[in-house]
Order: sequence, then C-alpha cells, then structure tokens
Amino acid sequence: MKADKTGVLTGSHVLTGNEACAEGALAAGCRFLGLYPIVPSIEVSKRFLQRAPEVGATFIQMEDEISALAAVIGASWTGKKSMTITSGPGLSLMMEHLGLGVMLETPCVVADIQMVGPGLGLPEHPAYGDMMQARWGSHGDYEIVALSPSSPQEMFDFMIKAFNLSERYRVPVAVMSDAYISQLKETVVIPSAGEITIEPRRYFDGPRDSYLPFKRDEDLVPRMVDIGQGYRFHVTGLTHDDRGYPIMFEECQEYNVHPLVWKVRNYADKIVDYQETDIDDADVVVISYGAAARAAQKAVTQAREAGIKAGSLKLNTVWPFPEKKVAEVARRVKAFVVPEMNFGQVVLEVERCSNGKTNILFLHHGDDGVEHTDGITAAIKRASRTNEVVSSIVELN
Amino acid sequence: MAVERINDREIHPMENLLRMDRMPHIWCPTCGIGIAVTAFTAALEKAKIDPNMAAIVSGIGCTGRVAGYVKLDSFHTTHGRPIAFATGIKVANPKMKVIVFSGDGDLMAIGGNHFIHAARRNIDMLVVCVNNFIYAMTGGQVAPTTPLAAYATTSPYGCVEPPFNIPYIADSSGAVYVARYTALHVRRLTNALTEALNKKGFSVVEVISPCGMYYSRINRLGDGLDMMKFYHDNVEIRHGEDTKNLDIGFQTKIICGKFVDRERPSYMERYNQWLSEVKSTRKNPDAPKGAEGEG
Repeated sequence: MKADKTGVLTGSHVLTGNEACAEGALAAGCRFLGLYPIVPSIEVSKRFLQRAPEVGATFIQMEDEISALAAVIGASWTGKKSMTITSGPGLSLMMEHLGLGVMLETPCVVADIQMVGPGLGLPEHPAYGDMMQARWGSHGDYEIVALSPSSPQEMFDFMIKAFNLSERYRVPVAVMSDAYISQLKETVVIPSAGEITIEPRRYFDGPRDSYLPFKRDEDLVPRMVDIGQGYRFHVTGLTHDDRGYPIMFEECQEYNVHPLVWKVRNYADKIVDYQETDIDDADVVVISYGAAARAAQKAVTQAREAGIKAGSLKLNTVWPFPEKKVAEVARRVKAFVVPEMNFGQVVLEVERCSNGKTNILFLHHGDDGVEHTDGITAAIKRASRTNEVVSSIVELN
Repeated sequence: MAVERINDREIHPMENLLRMDRMPHIWCPTCGIGIAVTAFTAALEKAKIDPNMAAIVSGIGCTGRVAGYVKLDSFHTTHGRPIAFATGIKVANPKMKVIVFSGDGDLMAIGGNHFIHAARRNIDMLVVCVNNFIYAMTGGQVAPTTPLAAYATTSPYGCVEPPFNIPYIADSSGAVYVARYTALHVRRLTNALTEALNKKGFSVVEVISPCGMYYSRINRLGDGLDMMKFYHDNVEIRHGEDTKNLDIGFQTKIICGKFVDRERPSYMERYNQWLSEVKSTRKNPDAPKGAEGEG
C-alpha cells in the first residue's frame, strides 16, 4: 500500500528534527494527534497543527499527558492512525496508557523527545535517559518497539517505519529522539507518496457476530475492526479471552497475554534494524544509537584513518534489542565501545548479549551536551590496545 | 411488557443491547448499578440511538464493569480515564454517540481532572456517574462522595472530608445537561437518560445507588432494600434547583431532578467552525514554507 499523497510534502526541505517528525507522521497517514505541551517536543505539534486542515487530520490538546495517550488509544480504535509526542516527565505520565495500549493491542506511536532528567531536569538539553523506561516503564511483562533516529532525515523515515510496525504488530511504538536532534536543522528529502510503503491495518471482514477481538492469526497478531462498523465488540485492560471478556485465571494469562510478548519476540529478526559499517574485519566496534551515533560514526572513520580496525554498529531499533547480532559480533572483536547520553542503559543489553566474550568500554554522557567524537576516538584507541578480557564494563569519562 | 420466549427460554426485553453470554453479572444482590444499566438500555431505545453508532467507555470499579455488559462498541479502560479515552473517540469520529459509564470514585477522584476539562470543552458525550458513596470493589474505602461522618474502611472514625457535590461541579465546569436520580426512580431516570442522549454537548446524569455490601453495611443502614426505602422517604424532586444546594449529608434529604438544561456550542461545533474559517481564509499565515509549495 502506498502513502496517501495529501500528507506527503514531496521534495527536498531544510527541516528541524521536530518538523521532520510531524512530516513523517503525516506521510505515514497519521490523522490524529493527542498532545500535551512540553519542551522540547512542542514544535512537533506546531507543525502538525499547521498542516492538519489541508491534510484532514484532527488533534486535541488534552489536560495532561495521561489523557493525551488515552485519547490517542481511543482515536486509534476509530481507524485513524494516531500519535502523541512528549518529553521526559510526560513520558513518565504516559506509562499507564502505554501499558493499556499494549494490553488492548492498539496501534499508536509515541514520539519521545528526550531531555535531561530526572525530575524536571534540564528541559531544553539532550539526553537519552528514557531508553529503559520506554522498554520497562509500565507495570507487568510486555514488549514494545522503539526506534532511535540520528538525524532529521531519520526522524522522518523512522516515523513512517514506526507507524508501519505499530500497525503490523498491533503494538505501541516509541520513537526515541532528543532535544538535540529535535532542534537540529538538516536537509530532509521526502519522496513521493508512491515511493512510501504503508503497512495497512489488518481488518477482520467476516460476519458481524463472529468477530473475536483477540483471536490471533498464525503470526499471533489479532485482527482489528473500527468503532462504528457494527461489530459491537468489547475490549478490556483486564486479562481477557478471545472475545475480549475479562477472565481472571492464570490459564487465560498464559493463553491470551503471553502472546503480547511472543508476537514481538518471535518476529524480532524482522523488526530489528541496524546499520553496520566496517565491522567484518574490525577489532573494535562502536555500538551506538540516536544522537551519539553521529559522533560514533565520525570517530570510527577517524580511527580507521589512524590505522585502527574500527567498525560501527548503529542501532535503528533499540527495542527489541538486536541480541543475535551483538552476540555474534562479540565473539570476534576485542572490544565494544558504547557511547550513550546517559549513565548506562543500552550498554547493559550489550553486556548481556556479549556474555563476557569481549571487553566493553562504556562512555557515559549523563550531563548536558552531546557526545563528542574525540572521546569516542580515544576510547576506540584504548580498546584496540587491550588483548585480554579484563572486565565486562569499563567506564570511561 | 409481554415476555417473549425462544426455545422455552424467557427473552430479556433488552437482550439486543446486553451481552447475555456474560450473564450473570458480578454485581452484588441489591446493588443499584443493574438498575442504572436497565434504565440506560431503555433510554438508548427511547432515544432511537443506532446501537452500531454508539460507543460506551468505562473506567475501573463496580460501575466500570458496565461497558462489558452493554452490547455496543465498548471499552473497559484505565482507572479514571474513560472520559479522556472517549474524548479521543469523539474527536476522531464525531459521528459516534459516546457514553461514559463509571462510578463516583473513578470519575470524581482519579478522573476528576478529565471530568472538569471535558465539561469545559463541552465534548459531546453523556456521562453516567453511579454514586454509591464508597469505593466498593476494593472493599469499602472512603470516596470523594462519602458524606461527612459516614464510616468506611479508611474512615474508621467517620469521614472527615467534605464530599463533592457532583451536579455542582458539572454545572460550574460547563455541562449543558445535569440531572440526578436514585436507583429507585427508574422511570424518571430513564427519561433523563433519554433526554441526555439526545442533548448535544457534555451531559451528566448522577445515579445514587445503594451499596448493600459495603456502604450500608459499614454504616449499619440495613440492606439495599432499606436504602431504597430511605430514598423513597427522603428524596425530594426539585427540577431547576440551584446546583449549589445539592450537597448530600449522611442520611439527609437527597434532592433529585433535572438541574441544568442549556445550550452551548460543543467542542466539535467550534472545531469545525474554526476549520471552515481556516480553509476559506487560508492560507494560514503561520503555515510552514514547504506547505506553500516553496520548499
């Protein structure tokens, strides 16, 4: 299915990450935005609202982030692709409905423009402190998908990808950007509608009285219907059976809720997306995502110029984590260098998947500012000199 | 009403609007929620609402289970958020008739903020708030509606917090239709719900309901039937009463009736008006350059 051309601003534009976020959403077919204002994400709404009338999109500014995501989930059940945007404290408030979105298997996208925390933090400054929260922040066991763009162009591309994955697997998808990418202005090339592939919502089209909202296809993803189509279905946030009726037994938890995890884990190979550069002969591989990936890729080039066999593994999807790839690379490199704009979140996954097979040098940047190339280059040099596994994580500052 | 029979089984007159495969329901004997549901389904028919074009959203709690029993597109959502969820439905598909059916704890405590803001925006929806003065599903804790001095498991020395007067909050926040009846007033309640379903804008119907299991037991008020007797003896119908005067004390007189019925442009009316103005006067001066074809 190709994109509806009304939402696609085909051409080459100079856009900020936030503007590209809104354009990506519109190109993906997003027609509902539930929002609550917060710096540094608010320009996404501004752009979306300016474009809404001509595109036929609707929006509402709710009274808080809790209600913003609640409205998005409600709107998604009307058949409109729906999203919300937020930052730091807003994401914390959205955890309640991220869980509801998972349980009701509602396609929706949450763009999180991360800022420095905790608490009120530094609202205009970049950080990646929400990575684990996006994965684990709501109570209970679940899987979600999270993408992390490194440029306004990727912001645009990943929003489309986010909506497609969300529709395909009926799972909320988080797009984890930050205050830096959101304000960064770069050229964004928007293809024509015909060149944008859109994953259509998978509908049930059988007789009205035979619809079971949580009856799973072979791929474990149930089919949807829209509100107002006459199916008169029920869904609940409680543990439920195929009919969407609450069933308060452990057996039902296993039957109907375990697939919430497996429908993502089983297809992780299809969902996972990364970009590898020069890793075939590498001694040291830098694993990075988001804004830090910009510095990381430059550092790898510098290291190669200095004669070090360095490579880069840039994670486009952070959740599900590319376990197989990291485990495979861990067996044949001297070290991983993991720069993160936090005090160590995704590095824990790298450590888990490396399983002690390689050294891990972690560069944290938990304070204000963006990861610098020089620090990563120095870490690559240091890593390349180490021949034995000394410990799983060495922190560099 | 004549009782229909199929295969020697009595057919409930509201069977086409109820999920009979979910019966029996979970509500306790002498609870008033079932009466509120009966009045509501009767009102859906009386108001000639197309059941295929109506969605019902509930929060959490005893009344939160209503959405599961009513055969419309129905959503059992998070605690306190059904109004926010329903707002998304209404704005994304304004053709839907949207009903929120939930309890006093859900709508007035954890969901209080959503309640006042939906009223302020005048979102076109009917909110049915069943008020049993207590958190019943969790075992009888004090609610934002528990009358002063009444006992609850978390007010063992009597409630020290003054309760909310729900019609007053609805009125002052901007609701266009506000009524209150008890579970005893089935006919009046059905009529009020019918009127409210046909009203454009944010309508609130409060249903005072006996809780025979917790509220009346902890307070030694007898069972649900005794509560009905109490309503019979102590309810005064006063249409048009100033909502300021509708406080409910512990075992004091309860004033019922229709208090507010007025016109205000609904959220979608204002939204569409704005939209047509933008479209006719446009281009929006604030529009991004790319959108004007200069990109």
